[in-house]
Amino acid sequence: MQEPPAYDVKTIDRRLFDFMLHTPKWFFTTSAGLLTIFGAGFVVFVTMLYFGLQFMGYSHPVYWGFLIVNFVFWIGISHAGVFVSAVLRLTQAEFRRPVTRAAEVVTIFSLQAAVLFPLIHSGRPWRTAYWAFPYDFIRGMWPNPRSPLVWDPSAIFTYLTSTILFVYVALLPDLALARDRAEDPVRRWIFTVLALGFRGTSRQWRIQAIAGILLSAIILPIFVSVHSIVSWDFAVTSVPGWHNTVFAPYFVIGAVHSGVSAVVTAMIVMKWAFKLDGYITADHIDALARVLIAVATGWLFLLFLDFSFGLYGEESAEVDTWMQRIYGGAWPILAPIFIITSYIIPVPLWLIKSVRRSFGWMFATTILVNIGMWLERYMLVIPALERKSSLTFTYSEYIPSISEGILCLASFAFVIVGVLAFCKVLPVMPAADIREGALLSTELKIGRRSVPATLRE
Amino acid sequence: MAKRELLGLYGEANEAGDAVEGLREAGFPDTDVEILSSTPYPEGAFGEPKVQHRLYTFPFAGAAIGMAAGIFWLVSAQMSLPLITGGKPIVAIPAVFQILYEGTMIGAVLFTVLGVIFESRLPDGIGLYDKRIVDGYIGVTIRASEDDLLRARETLQRAGAVDIINNEGSIMGAGTPQGA
Repeated sequence: MQEPPAYDVKTIDRRLFDFMLHTPKWFFTTSAGLLTIFGAGFVVFVTMLYFGLQFMGYSHPVYWGFLIVNFVFWIGISHAGVFVSAVLRLTQAEFRRPVTRAAEVVTIFSLQAAVLFPLIHSGRPWRTAYWAFPYDFIRGMWPNPRSPLVWDPSAIFTYLTSTILFVYVALLPDLALARDRAEDPVRRWIFTVLALGFRGTSRQWRIQAIAGILLSAIILPIFVSVHSIVSWDFAVTSVPGWHNTVFAPYFVIGAVHSGVSAVVTAMIVMKWAFKLDGYITADHIDALARVLIAVATGWLFLLFLDFSFGLYGEESAEVDTWMQRIYGGAWPILAPIFIITSYIIPVPLWLIKSVRRSFGWMFATTILVNIGMWLERYMLVIPALERKSSLTFTYSEYIPSISEGILCLASFAFVIVGVLAFCKVLPVMPAADIREGALLSTELKIGRRSVPATLRE
Repeated sequence: MAKRELLGLYGEANEAGDAVEGLREAGFPDTDVEILSSTPYPEGAFGEPKVQHRLYTFPFAGAAIGMAAGIFWLVSAQMSLPLITGGKPIVAIPAVFQILYEGTMIGAVLFTVLGVIFESRLPDGIGLYDKRIVDGYIGVTIRASEDDLLRARETLQRAGAVDIINNEGSIMGAGTPQGA
């Protein structure tokens, strides 16, 4: 692995803190555009609070629509962030340094976007409090902890809390750096409070190093459990097409596939936007692309298992669902788009070294993956409900409404503006970690070659 | 006797290491010496002793407490609304294992973070600090009694300190350390 050049600490800080301390013009225009889209979503949400969910495209028997698709999609995106960060920290992979922060930030905001959708979907978000939390002592109403709809909030709450704390602990040294670099007294005061007086003693650095590994080890099982539990929202029901034992691993690996792709997209955008040449290099996206090849192929295997389990049993309801997923409605067009964008185009391209090392190609292919993976979630959720069973007397097809489209776009705007806002107030990369990388980087002379290397304790 | 603190600033890790070694040789205990840096140096880079901590016990304690809280909540919730589902027992662990697991894990995470704060001795707002540390300088602090301050300052200076400060500011070049 090629290491980034060993800059001195002032150069590192100037590059990584530049966006925090100076605001380029594009920040305002981009933020305004994104906030407008998010605002449109908010208007739709408030309108529905007043008039009800009639603005959704729901139709009997399809009451889980776009919102649930987006929920699963954003949960998936949120997963790889922590997956990438935790695995790289645990294995102490040297190329983790510029990658971890982007991955963690994507996780935080996509997870928050995910949480919004079931709340909107409920129609009366405040009521979800007593569906999930045991607070209602007067009426004797208690949540049913045996329901996946209660497992879900507990898992997401755990994951969101853990991720925020994980990021906060990793941020402590950078908050201290920001405190010392800040010129504005208000900012300095905020960073002083948040940094908890971190001074960089030997003890604090040692505990930081251990905490990174320890929290990674704890958060990885949480990551696996959360998407498994999301899959059980479907798999524990008796709906044909959902009631499948392969759903948990299938969802988890699908989440890694879409999430790692999103991390690569985010890293490339950050490199372009914040001019981080030398920090995010072709080596980083090359390494992640190699991970993606393996993950995508594992995901394809589980997709095939889901498909073959559905068809091999020759149960008519299962077969009908798969027919609906392939031939029903718009699926003769959407199903090929799904598999082509999520696997057939990107993975063979990633086998080519020059593609893996090209920011343009990697940006395009990882965007394609997420188009495909969004369609995958749509394919999993909607057609299974659209299937007309023998006891369905009123039936009409689900057609997503404009409101649902706006909410979907608003969620993308929310995540992007969230990441942007984070980068505006905190370093886009773990500055202390990058300083350590620069400190430990060296060159080994092997025969007639000088090879970049990193010292390790 | 109350101890006062001095901070020596060094441009090179070797010099900071010399300062630590010099202070040890001068009879100052390791517990009174601290190294400050804005970059995580490998443990022992300055000749400092190995950090003793109990961070590993925190996640286990948190997991145990989280699991206990989870069991309490799950059993009480199921007992409070005794719906028999599919002929299964009212308190059915397999049906709620997921929540129990999440409770255990969040306990582990919360306690680990508390452990990080506790073992890092945070919030740490009382020690000497200099903003030049963020530019790559390495700080060596020494807590010494009034009688030993001069000796501590000389040791820091001998190791090549570019500046020495106390609570009032720089004392580099001053004839006698303030407060000594």
